[in-house]
Amino acid sequence: MDLAVLLPAVAFYVFAGAAIAFAFGVVSARNPVRSVLFLIMTFFSAAGLFVLMGAEFLAMILIMVYVGAVAVLFLFVVMMLDIDFVELRQGFADYLPLGGLLAFILTVELIVLGASWHVSTKAEGLRQAPISGDTDNLRAISEVLYTDYAFFIEAAGLVLLVAMIGAIVLTNFHKPGIKRQNISAQVARKAEDGVELVDVKPGQGL
Amino acid sequence: MMEIGLVHYLAVAAIIFSTGVFGIFVNRKNVIVILMSVELILLSVNINFVAFSTHLHDLGGQIFALFVLTVAAAEAAVGLAILVVYFRNRGNIAVSNINLMKG
Repeated sequence: MDLAVLLPAVAFYVFAGAAIAFAFGVVSARNPVRSVLFLIMTFFSAAGLFVLMGAEFLAMILIMVYVGAVAVLFLFVVMMLDIDFVELRQGFADYLPLGGLLAFILTVELIVLGASWHVSTKAEGLRQAPISGDTDNLRAISEVLYTDYAFFIEAAGLVLLVAMIGAIVLTNFHKPGIKRQNISAQVARKAEDGVELVDVKPGQGL
Repeated sequence: MMEIGLVHYLAVAAIIFSTGVFGIFVNRKNVIVILMSVELILLSVNINFVAFSTHLHDLGGQIFALFVLTVAAAEAAVGLAILVVYFRNRGNIAVSNINLMKG
């Protein structure tokens, strides 16, 4: 067997098997902390698949965004909330047969659909941003992303901004009855407001 | 079997997608795992996009996968924020009681 054919195939089966196994770990783990760790490993394996396909930039972005941000966010929330996870697992066995059957049917249908799919002869002519062999992936992406798709990347930035503001507004919480420093009130305070001169008559109290 | 083509990647994406749907089914009460299953489904969509992109030699699929990634990150942030607020109000995250919040 030719090594140039064998090695990518072995790498594909290792990454694909790992991705599927870890994905199954995400949905079946007892402890959600383990689910998050399995999720991280799934994304690592998927990033390996992306590198095999030749999408190096997306692979690195996947690791940065998902492992660096999303998974850490999940981990943070899972560990911050004080939840009885055993109670949340009730009903797992009840839904297992139906869910398993549905997932199996869905898998078979999707694979049959993918296997019987053929590229149209017109597909070559319909390409919006053809990949040329001589530019690397990052340069090719940046060349179309900031020209043809400039509006879309700004819209994506807007989506992230709205999500960030939404998350802050949702979780921002002022407890009533907490005394905070009010600098403008401190600065606006005058001597007349703070000191009161009282003329106390001899022999009398206030 | 040893020649890795488009169908192999589509099969992997299909299996991960079905795993995500399965996860939503069996973890009906645990909304954190449901959110992670949604992330798995979005990941399988991304695998499909990149597979078709490299198969057809068109960068559009990779660009679209980038936007799917953006939306997935925003969705995770807002979803977890809602979860934190829900936990603060009710003291648990049982999704079966979430209809009590209407009105």
